[in-house]
Amino acid sequence: MKKTLAVAALMSVAFAGAAQARDQIRIVGSSTVFPFATAVAEEFGKTTSFKTPVIESTGSGGGLKLFCAGVGEQHPDITNASRRIKKSEVETCAKNGIAEVTEVKVGYDGIVLSNSNEAPEIDLTKEQIFLALAKTVPSKDGNSLVDNFYTTWSEIDPSLPNIKIEVLGPPPTSGTRDAFTELVLEEACNSFPAIKALKDSNKDQHKAVCAGVREDGAYVEAGENDNLIVQKLEANHDALGIFGFSFLDQNGDKLQGSKIEGVSPTFEAISAGEYPVSRSLYFYVKNAHVGTIPGMKEYLAEFTSEKAFGDEGYLADRGLIPMDAAEREAVRNAATNLAPLSM
Amino acid sequence: MTDMASLMEDRAAAKVISDKVQKPVDWDSPKIARNIKKRYAAERRFKIYGLSAIGVALLALFVLAFSIGSKGYTAFFQTYVQLEINFDPAEIDPNGTGDPAVIGKANFDDLIKKALLARFPDVTDRRDKRDLYGVVSGGASYDLRERVMENPNLIGQTRKIWLISGDDFDMLNKGYIDANVDEGSRRLNDKEIGWYDALVSDGAVEKKFHSRFFTSGDSREPELAGIWGAAVGSFYTLLVTLFLSFPIGVLAAVYLEEFAPKNRFTTIVEVNINNLAAVPSIVFGLLGLEVYLNVMHLPRSAPVVGGLTLALMTLPTIIIASRAAIKAVPPSIRQAALGLGASPVQTVTHHVLPLAMPGILTGTIIGMAQALGETAPLLMIGMVAFIVDIPGGALDPATVLPVQIYLWADSPERAFVEKTSAAIMVLLAFLILMNGLAVYLRKKFERKW
Repeated sequence: MKKTLAVAALMSVAFAGAAQARDQIRIVGSSTVFPFATAVAEEFGKTTSFKTPVIESTGSGGGLKLFCAGVGEQHPDITNASRRIKKSEVETCAKNGIAEVTEVKVGYDGIVLSNSNEAPEIDLTKEQIFLALAKTVPSKDGNSLVDNFYTTWSEIDPSLPNIKIEVLGPPPTSGTRDAFTELVLEEACNSFPAIKALKDSNKDQHKAVCAGVREDGAYVEAGENDNLIVQKLEANHDALGIFGFSFLDQNGDKLQGSKIEGVSPTFEAISAGEYPVSRSLYFYVKNAHVGTIPGMKEYLAEFTSEKAFGDEGYLADRGLIPMDAAEREAVRNAATNLAPLSM
Repeated sequence: MTDMASLMEDRAAAKVISDKVQKPVDWDSPKIARNIKKRYAAERRFKIYGLSAIGVALLALFVLAFSIGSKGYTAFFQTYVQLEINFDPAEIDPNGTGDPAVIGKANFDDLIKKALLARFPDVTDRRDKRDLYGVVSGGASYDLRERVMENPNLIGQTRKIWLISGDDFDMLNKGYIDANVDEGSRRLNDKEIGWYDALVSDGAVEKKFHSRFFTSGDSREPELAGIWGAAVGSFYTLLVTLFLSFPIGVLAAVYLEEFAPKNRFTTIVEVNINNLAAVPSIVFGLLGLEVYLNVMHLPRSAPVVGGLTLALMTLPTIIIASRAAIKAVPPSIRQAALGLGASPVQTVTHHVLPLAMPGILTGTIIGMAQALGETAPLLMIGMVAFIVDIPGGALDPATVLPVQIYLWADSPERAFVEKTSAAIMVLLAFLILMNGLAVYLRKKFERKW
């Protein structure tokens, strides 16, 4: 009796709540956009009469999956993504009745290779990074593909320091890792004739070679927590780490960014598009929810205001690299008019 | 030949016997002395192994407590900056209405900015001004508003007010930013450090107890972030868990122990309960996602769902502990009750359960403590989220203490490092409190037969 009563009471309370209308924006998605979205949400909650939106950090892919599950208040209104939405995801969305989605570009994020500032600064090309980290590399004579045999940086290029290759980076589940693979490894791999030849003969193997990261201990998967990588780099001066620019920005007194293709990962270089390893950050809005969930338009206005994602906005203080003024204007217009995404 | 051989054998056998009989063990022989010495040494070695095991465990505990404590204690203090604020009536209440609605909408941020510029009149460049405004936290204007709302007489006066400082200045004051490294590679430039030094020489920088840490919800500004939202979320979650898992767990244990027939079915149930106790918690999270969110459409991120999910996880712990406690009640108690004419249900409710209660409660509290420290299942049901508002009930979006630790540990701002350690201390304090309660209950109500 006690049991039935307790369960019944709980269930009725729970269902009563579920039936209530939601008066709070719900956002899911990328952990890279999370620090920026939360800053906007907090400002939005403080300066308007609306409740502060709830933001979950689910990763870009997980966020889009939740976002595209359907229309209605049990589904999120906005999803953050550190990559563009895929065609297949747009199709899933459409299949579940989400006809119109607005894409809002937020700005850029640089992915940096970095080491302790007590160690010498390193200048790498994408090809050198590929040779250091790929699972399969061209053999010495360049004719065949072999397992990665490089153990020190100086073996790759005599001008590099004679230290063991040791790179701490995110695991494959991370968006940062996806972007690093795409922007560095997959771009560099085609500059080796032996790998390029594969592209025509064996597409699957080509993809595997280009995106495969070595698993013999030279690349250390240090978990999703970038702060952990920062701490490890402080202790180990020979190691390099891969993480988002905002962590370098916060720890400039301990770490230095390595040059890639001769460009240092500075705020200016990333925003000018000179630094080669940077990606765009987005969020996607369910147009059907604008009007039913209170505060959606105002949230979009807050995010795309100059004081948030502008050159000197509070998001820039948190490490977001802003777009140029013309692009911001275009994004702001698209957000205000809820221009639906077409792919 | 055979005679000779048998004779030899006999002699050998006789010698053995005579040795045994005639030479008793010589306890003083060097061989025995060596043997005894060896045994004592083995004894001592074993003690040393045991002591060193305890030593290693204590050392690990000490290192953990020290590293968390030394990093985290500074989070309980916060840097404040004293500024001379002019509560300009033209700015706050231009028409002199005295209406709280008007005062509440005034731009208190502007008052602080003016005060900063008045203190450092030589700052004129736009960029420098922006840096200067960072001396004071963005949350200080809300404090100022509250102060004026409480005491409208302030309007028109000029007062020296302590304002909460920005996180970078807080870090500098706590010594986490080294002013001696190259300007380009630290968070604060030379000018900002100059302002800080000027304020320090005025006596206008002070560290005060950071009560906000215990009273506010999460924030992206480290100096405004607090643990209260997560603590309330944990409370609601555990409340739901307790109300669900305690009655179900105890009833299941009582039935299995006192009423269930011993057959194949109950054996299977028993084995499965024991197995469930060892299932990784993330599996319960997936179950919660599927059942509560996808089938029953309960709200995401709500403590009610977190509590339901964690209840599944703690049930086996409670059932196993309760069964052990019920089993420990001597059969004579039951026989006496039944002999005096009590029904089986009366026997259980009047005699067995009250006597088993200390053990049941101990098991429940330990199960609750486990649930308090759990993050993995909550990840699946959306409780790993940035939530500013303090939850007002079990249906509002909420997060819990360990999740708050996880989120802060993942934040880039350096000031969150000390917040993370401080939050760990708060969580540990709750765990110690709960375990202490379990020990107390056991000591107070325990009966020995």
